[in-house]
Amino acid sequence: MALPVYATTPQRIGYYSFLTYCGLVFFFLVAPIFIVLPLSFSSSPFFEFTREFMTLDPSGWSLKWYKQMVNICGVEVTTVCTDKWMRGTVNSFYIGIVSTFIATGLGTVAALGLSRPHMPFRALIMAILISPMIVPLIITAAGMFFFYSKLGLTHSYTGLILAHTALGTPFVVITVTATLTGFDNNLIRASQSLGGDTMKTFFKVIMPLILPGVISGALFAFITSFDEVVVVLFVGSVEQVTIPRQMWAGLRQEISPVILCMATCLVALSIGLLTTVELLRRRSERLRGIKNR
Amino acid sequence: MSSETISGPILTSDGIPLKVSLKKAERINKIRAFLLVLPLLAFILITFIIPIGDMLSRSVDDRYINTVFPKTFEVYKKWDKKGLPSEEVFKTMFLEIGEAKGFKIGKASTRMNYSKSGWKSLIKKSQRKFKKIKEGPYKDKMIAVDKRWGDPIYWKALGEMVDPTTFGYYLNAVDLKYDSNKEIIAQPENRRIYIHTWIKTFKVSLLVTIFTLMLGYPIAYLLATLPLKYSNLLMICVLLPFWTSLLVRTVAWMIILQQKGVFNNLMVMAGLIADENRWKLMYNETGTIIVMTQILLPFMVLPLYSVMKTISPSYMKAALNLGASPLHAFWKVYMPNSIPGISAGGLLVFIIAIGYFITPELVGGKDGQMIGNWIAYHLKTTLNWGLCAALGSVLLAVMLVFYWLYNKIIGVENIKLG
Repeated sequence: MALPVYATTPQRIGYYSFLTYCGLVFFFLVAPIFIVLPLSFSSSPFFEFTREFMTLDPSGWSLKWYKQMVNICGVEVTTVCTDKWMRGTVNSFYIGIVSTFIATGLGTVAALGLSRPHMPFRALIMAILISPMIVPLIITAAGMFFFYSKLGLTHSYTGLILAHTALGTPFVVITVTATLTGFDNNLIRASQSLGGDTMKTFFKVIMPLILPGVISGALFAFITSFDEVVVVLFVGSVEQVTIPRQMWAGLRQEISPVILCMATCLVALSIGLLTTVELLRRRSERLRGIKNR
Repeated sequence: MSSETISGPILTSDGIPLKVSLKKAERINKIRAFLLVLPLLAFILITFIIPIGDMLSRSVDDRYINTVFPKTFEVYKKWDKKGLPSEEVFKTMFLEIGEAKGFKIGKASTRMNYSKSGWKSLIKKSQRKFKKIKEGPYKDKMIAVDKRWGDPIYWKALGEMVDPTTFGYYLNAVDLKYDSNKEIIAQPENRRIYIHTWIKTFKVSLLVTIFTLMLGYPIAYLLATLPLKYSNLLMICVLLPFWTSLLVRTVAWMIILQQKGVFNNLMVMAGLIADENRWKLMYNETGTIIVMTQILLPFMVLPLYSVMKTISPSYMKAALNLGASPLHAFWKVYMPNSIPGISAGGLLVFIIAIGYFITPELVGGKDGQMIGNWIAYHLKTTLNWGLCAALGSVLLAVMLVFYWLYNKIIGVENIKLG
């Protein structure tokens, strides 16, 4: 939408104030994310922009919090050195990757079933499968804490992986079902008539077409697990420290600027993931012949 | 034209009626489709639905105390609730306190304390002193140990525990309780916290929904009407927060909103507020609302955008052509068309907001706590799991109503991600 040449003055004012308003909203959305980046290089132990920092005085800038994050403890580091950030990173990736694999496998197969025209009770089953995404995390965490403790799964990696898999599957189901809408079933018939068995048809015909959806679903599942803190807090123990759990602990107890360094890394990661998902979505739409939405 | 009529049903080549054959094929297809969904369905049922069911059952479960005092409760049921119970009740109580293991009795007395505070200390004290009592009559000796054994209020409080199920926790979740005659009464003034929290939870969620709509509607409109090359770029601004860790965004807001934070510093520098009375934007309800609005904004923009994208721009042009003022045209033509998006976004934001826990916990302070925080508190700190489960179940029920509404109006399949 653009302003026509014949627009009157009030219309112009209205239009530009509308644009300004939108600009402010976008600023409100994005600015907070980028505020952590510069501050992670500050030498101040508090979350604030010091005078030295603002005047670009070298003493106001430092990489020491990054060193602390990767557990290199120099002389100048006064606070307690901990390997929790690095252990947290390893755990986050471990739990995230394993649960993503399980969630993607189960979710993709289920989406194939749900997209078939003969699926019975589709609405009900869909509602059940999506529910982990809708139910508040604190309720999920409470329920899982009660039930998993009966099975001895609390304070274990297995428990967390199962929990995160359950939380991640709705995303896979949603993205893959979305990719499957408009899927030409004649392709399957063609493959079968040419002698392809079920497996071959799946891997050679269906899979390449739905792959973008599968990957973006997997990325959603991964970021869900990677970002999740409530279930980790209640089902996991100190042993299963993850990045969000360590950040949570950091924010509640010792407010350390290492949190900002980790936050910066996470912002970089999210930009990477977002770019990948966007590129995949466009590729998928091109493959399925959907022109620019 | 042949005059021959086919008698009986149409048959397939192998002699089975076509209808039957088709039905069979259909059934096989149904089973096949279902088998594909089955693994995930079973997985979700076991790892997610059953745990939630377990929580629901815990909210009414009162069996534990019945395993500690089975005999006492049996003889207790015969008591007419007038004066003190009989010697027999005292005796079984005495014996069962003696028999029970330390941690078992501790857990049981915690439960008893929920109905009448004082039980826990009474049991603890009695357990120690009862060892000296060798034989009856128990009634007088127990009262000699602690006067509270002679107080009918304590005995009457046991009345709500003799059944293996209780609604006591649900009553507590809405600031009610059983009195000593098992009638429902309001909690004393100083213990009424949940009704207030429920109202606050709804208030905050509603405000967040309204604010996200106010901020989200214009930018969704802009995104839907701009040429694609610009809107794709701006879309990234909406999606980036969506992909960024919740904790990162909360940290960022803590930097901005704290007393010596970016916002207050800028305001002081601009001379808009005095250095000594900086605004208190964090650790209160204001902080919770500001941060939740930013965090949930993408959930409003995305559904709005996908609906607005389907509204043809020619509608507006037609309205303008017919002489409507831009505002009038917007109000009468565009707005009604975008209502599905408003309801989708609004319900989604509201559903997510009522169950929020992390953000209120970090930036809410005492004043910004929502019901989720109380659930966590009882789960981890007080270990009053019955009340925790009851609060959770009420929240779940509220949430399910909105989820059902969402499903009815929009359909879960239409949730769009990115």
